[in-house]
Amino acid sequence: MITIYVENQPYAVEADDRNLLAVCLSLGFDLPYFCWHPALHSVGACRQCAVKLFKDENDKKGRLIMACMTPVKDGLRISVADPEAVAFRAGVIEWLMVNHPHDCPVCDEGGECHLQDMTVMTGHVHRRYRFTKRTHRNQDLGPFLHHEMNRCIQCYRCVRFYRDYAGGRDFDVLGWHDDVYFGRHADGVLENEFSGNLVEVCPTGVFTDKTLKQHSVRKWDLQTAPSVCVHCSLGCNTLAGERYGTLRRILSRYHQSVNGYFLCDRGRYGYEFVNSPRRIRQPVLRGADGARPAASPAAAMARAAGIIAGGRVIGIGSPRGSLEGNFALQQLVGPDRFFHGVSDQELGLVRLTLAIARQGPAPLASLREAGESDAIFVLGEDVTNTAPMLALAVRQAVGRQPTALAEQKRIHPWESLVVRDAVQQAKGPCFIASADQTKLDDVATAMYRGTPDDLARLGFAVAHALDASAPGVPDLAPDVASLARRIADGLLAGQRPLVMSGTGLASAALLQAAANVAGALTKAGRPAKLCFAVPECNSVGTALFEGGGLESALAALRQGAADTVIILENDLYRHLPAAVAAELLAAPHVVVLDHLATATTAAAEVVLPAATFAEGSGTLVNNEGRAQRFFQVYVPDGDIRESWRWLAELMAAAGRAPAEPWPNLDAILAALSAAVPVFEGLREVAPPAEFRMDGQKIPRQPARYSGRTALTGNRDVHEPKPPDDADSPLAFSMEGQPGHPPPALIPRYWAPGWNSVQALNKFQQEVGGPLQGETAGRRLLATASASAPAYFTAVPPAFVARASEWLFIPAYHIFGSEDLSLEAPGVAQRAPRPYVQVNGSDAERQGWVEGQEVAVVIGDAVQRLSVRRSAHLPSGVAALPAGLSGRPWLPLPGWGTISSEAPAVLIMGRSDRFLPGVERVNVPKATGTVTDSAPEETIMRIAAEPPPPVSGVSATLRSRPSLRSTSSPASPRAPEVPP
Amino acid sequence: MERPLTQHIRPDREPLTLREYEQVGGYQAARRALQAAPREVTEQVLKSNLRGRGGGGFLTGQKWSLVPPDDHNGPKYLVINADEMEPGTMKDRWLLEGQPHQLLEGVLLSAYAIQARVAYIFLRWDYKLAARRLQQALAEAYGQRLLGANILGTPFCLDVHVHTSAGRYMCGEETGLLNALEGRRPTPRSRPPFAVTCGLWGRPTAINNVETLCCVPHIVQRGGEWFRALSRSPDDGGTKIYGASGRLRKPGLWELPLGTTAREILMEHAGGLADGYRFRGLLPGGASTDFLVEQHLDVKLDFASVEKAGSRLGTGTMVVLDDRTCPVGLVLNLMQFFARESCGWCTPCREGLPWLARTLQALEDGLGTPADLDVLEAHVRAIRPGHTFCALAPGAMEPLGSALKYFRPDFERHVADRRCPWRAG
Repeated sequence: MITIYVENQPYAVEADDRNLLAVCLSLGFDLPYFCWHPALHSVGACRQCAVKLFKDENDKKGRLIMACMTPVKDGLRISVADPEAVAFRAGVIEWLMVNHPHDCPVCDEGGECHLQDMTVMTGHVHRRYRFTKRTHRNQDLGPFLHHEMNRCIQCYRCVRFYRDYAGGRDFDVLGWHDDVYFGRHADGVLENEFSGNLVEVCPTGVFTDKTLKQHSVRKWDLQTAPSVCVHCSLGCNTLAGERYGTLRRILSRYHQSVNGYFLCDRGRYGYEFVNSPRRIRQPVLRGADGARPAASPAAAMARAAGIIAGGRVIGIGSPRGSLEGNFALQQLVGPDRFFHGVSDQELGLVRLTLAIARQGPAPLASLREAGESDAIFVLGEDVTNTAPMLALAVRQAVGRQPTALAEQKRIHPWESLVVRDAVQQAKGPCFIASADQTKLDDVATAMYRGTPDDLARLGFAVAHALDASAPGVPDLAPDVASLARRIADGLLAGQRPLVMSGTGLASAALLQAAANVAGALTKAGRPAKLCFAVPECNSVGTALFEGGGLESALAALRQGAADTVIILENDLYRHLPAAVAAELLAAPHVVVLDHLATATTAAAEVVLPAATFAEGSGTLVNNEGRAQRFFQVYVPDGDIRESWRWLAELMAAAGRAPAEPWPNLDAILAALSAAVPVFEGLREVAPPAEFRMDGQKIPRQPARYSGRTALTGNRDVHEPKPPDDADSPLAFSMEGQPGHPPPALIPRYWAPGWNSVQALNKFQQEVGGPLQGETAGRRLLATASASAPAYFTAVPPAFVARASEWLFIPAYHIFGSEDLSLEAPGVAQRAPRPYVQVNGSDAERQGWVEGQEVAVVIGDAVQRLSVRRSAHLPSGVAALPAGLSGRPWLPLPGWGTISSEAPAVLIMGRSDRFLPGVERVNVPKATGTVTDSAPEETIMRIAAEPPPPVSGVSATLRSRPSLRSTSSPASPRAPEVPP
Repeated sequence: MERPLTQHIRPDREPLTLREYEQVGGYQAARRALQAAPREVTEQVLKSNLRGRGGGGFLTGQKWSLVPPDDHNGPKYLVINADEMEPGTMKDRWLLEGQPHQLLEGVLLSAYAIQARVAYIFLRWDYKLAARRLQQALAEAYGQRLLGANILGTPFCLDVHVHTSAGRYMCGEETGLLNALEGRRPTPRSRPPFAVTCGLWGRPTAINNVETLCCVPHIVQRGGEWFRALSRSPDDGGTKIYGASGRLRKPGLWELPLGTTAREILMEHAGGLADGYRFRGLLPGGASTDFLVEQHLDVKLDFASVEKAGSRLGTGTMVVLDDRTCPVGLVLNLMQFFARESCGWCTPCREGLPWLARTLQALEDGLGTPADLDVLEAHVRAIRPGHTFCALAPGAMEPLGSALKYFRPDFERHVADRRCPWRAG
């Protein structure tokens, strides 16, 4: 500890490398600032944080310094309240107000504006400037951000975040003197995946949330609750805000170990699915005549209970549903009759990541740890598109080693300009092995492109280069071997190496190779960490339940073991070939609980409206096994309720009630943690419902929330009683104790004088550090032992391109590959049009030009797609965008054909299906009982747009080779001979 | 009186060819120095008390000594600041156009002293003629192996590049210059670390003015002691190119001993003010220096004496204010320049200078109010070194602040008369 003196009072502060501004804020002083940001650090541009520095106690004159540019040292003597410093800070605001339009009453930022707060803080009230203000033209920056340049105070945070922190290139600072412009060179969509953070990074209303603007509301009128993002597996913490029954916006909620200050654009803007016109808001029952009228909950309950009571029921869970929902379903149908709502293959891959984490060649990294690693190997996963915030972490990690070198020159790590000047373009090491080019290529030390198997081979080779006792790779090309050596050396040079992979390419060999690399690094004495991206927000949590995947469910149905299927928050058409999904949904009775109308709900006899993350509370487990609670934001209109509540009611109605009833979330959590040992710590994820602060609940509505009595005045002049919340210590009210709740329960950041998101400073133990109070969430996975587990040995053979077939692999898109966010108009606008991508020279050989339409045949699915050429994709490989709406699910990676002349009619038969890796996954309970009972060959008409999945078209999941084209000779598919 | 820098520059400034330059003793110093240790060049320059002629007045030899001699992790650089954009200053142009080889020899010697392998001449955008002549001289020097690999048969190698600036005042601020050279916006850099340890591309870099480097061949050739003795001031060595512009009989540039008084330059070399004009004050070293007035005319124009008088020597090229020119208009003109040339990085400069320019314009237009003078005073008080990111805005306050000090009644008359007293009508 060292001592600094503020207003001649001694303060003991940590003797670490921090700047005076961060220290003053941590000590609780209200020192205004603009250009400094706790994640972007100091540049000294705005001159707002001036304080008086004194040489010693005899120095009465002192001089002004900028706190953000001053390192703390023992004996430092400053004054924040010095009159000259106070006057200078007010003067800086007066300068900033020269060109600021004072349009607060109509500004979207008003009420949570850092500039407003700082203006009030400095006491500046009268502007002497009496000349004209400069004006700018605003730009259309796409569906996410509204641009209002006249409000700009030139703090440069936007450009520093966008370019320096997030790696964006299509945004810059233009112009000069008092005509500085922050924008693009021309109107257009901001391309960077993290552009939405400008909403929070901007201290005033230059960049505001365009989706919020479309259903505008003043910030103090938002009812908010702590939430967790549902749009990928990372579990970023969010703050969700509602007004008039509409979810209005998402803000980042700080979690030191997870997302820190930021969010990706899918996480920030995907929320609008909650407001979709396709929402199911009332139960739907299918009548005998096929009509589907809305029904009362009681009628729906009676019908569903009747079905369940008499039926042989199986349940299909959801990787995007809460633990509570999945558990309730499992309890309703019985553990043996519960199946996961994903393919056996996907389930096996997620369980493999869990097995690796538990066996522990290396622990799983949190997002923060990923960003703090200093040597990275990305093996096969396109994290920018599957788990975007990991890409942001990689961008921070590649600066670690160069910054450490700068620190040797006594450059403080928070002097971000100086670090940049000293470090220049130095980055890394970061090695990227991928199927196609990635958005992270610009920070890569070296890149390698290959098929999933070839990528895995590189991984195995790196592990072997690190440790000769790890299995070697036969027939490795010399250049790949030397790259493996180089990667091994690069990883060894790090103090905190990280191996990153994921389930994106559906390859178990990739995950195993990543585990081997991490194991070999650990053996070499490096504290390596592993990081796996998995498909959905609760993939890991649900994989912790027993049970097989969808193929097992289908088998149960086919064997006649079941006649009733209850499907939880899941569209089967996104996990199965259309024909297979249709077969499952052709069961005699189908009950579906979900948020949105899908092809699956269309096939159901009973549809129950399930709450989204905003309308109910629950628990999700992220990719590193961290269980986190999301809390209901508002009470929705209609009959929407949490799936677990519907299921609990069903259980009661069907005479299958649990021994202990589940009146609230804590009760079902207690049952869950008792039933499944791994969930033992679940109740500590967040404080229980009876938690109180000073005997009071925590209000979801801020003190200035308006219209409490007027909102419902058209119906009743009496003020309604706020709805009860039996599930959490939060209240749907302004009343309660707004202070500083435990981190898991913080519904908004606010402190006296701090109305913007910057009020977060007041909730942290110290600026940039953990929040005050017990950390939100719990990590459920413990690494087993210190002894290194055995290496995986199944090294796949090298890829051999086929003469007449292509290996199709999935290509992911941050906007487009995730189903819920696709329902948000802005996200849908950013989603790509369907395409098939092949290597440029392959296309050359085939005579395909960019944009040419071709017929893509994979298994039974035929699609007409336009050709995109890639300079990076390996020859013989074609990439298809994953998850686009209206496109059939395909068993990727898999073989298929592309022909430039589409067959008009195709006899659908059975095709070879090749799934690298799937045989090597050890899938518990994945019984592999899928039969080869082949239905009759069916004739399918080929349309430019495939018809929506309908029942009646059926096929087998795994079928025999030989797909014959009859009417068209231009489908040169050689029959594959099965091994 | 010796004029080592300019004695061979022709009156028409037609440059000396390499052969002509060598005939008058050119590259003799380089031939000698390259046979000796690099440190010896620095030693002579240290002895000479040569101070930076760009306005900073830092001891050149001391700057070179701060370049780490043992840093072999990458290249070191010499950057020549030829971005002469200070209003009223044209001394480097004389040297660049009249005798480019003198600069190149200075570059060679200085690069050798700090063991830089690459030198960049960062040239003002408007200096097209200088650019052509430098390129010509470079071609000659490379042709005679005075530059390039293994210069004069020694192991020393040096490449010199001419980089033409984008034409902004901020590009001449030495850290803004480095950013401009790296292809970034010419915003200044934070110091420390200084360029000598962390400069161009993050590597040790010495940045010197053209006039400074032109002194070096003479120091090496004739010794530091000799150079130092050329000066009339004990702390500063050598001669200085002084200049004077304004309503003078013979405005111009003269190489004179450092420490020559303002009166001598004005009366003897510039011939006094033009007929009908009376002296009111002068900016001694470009636009960003405080006014000196009648009482300061006998101040020696060296770095320490001018500072004692409340101003700065700056570039040593004075702008003279006469009694028939409005001081408010003069300051307005300068303020418009500074406001326009602000890079827009820090708030006081970006927002304050345009405000001042508009306020001064209002005074000139007869629209001033008494409160405007308070606004001007408040800015002079608030915009000081350390309060802003670089020296541009504090520099802009120097003519304004001193004008308010010495010519305040003129400002007040603008307000009281609701017009500029110097404007007709």
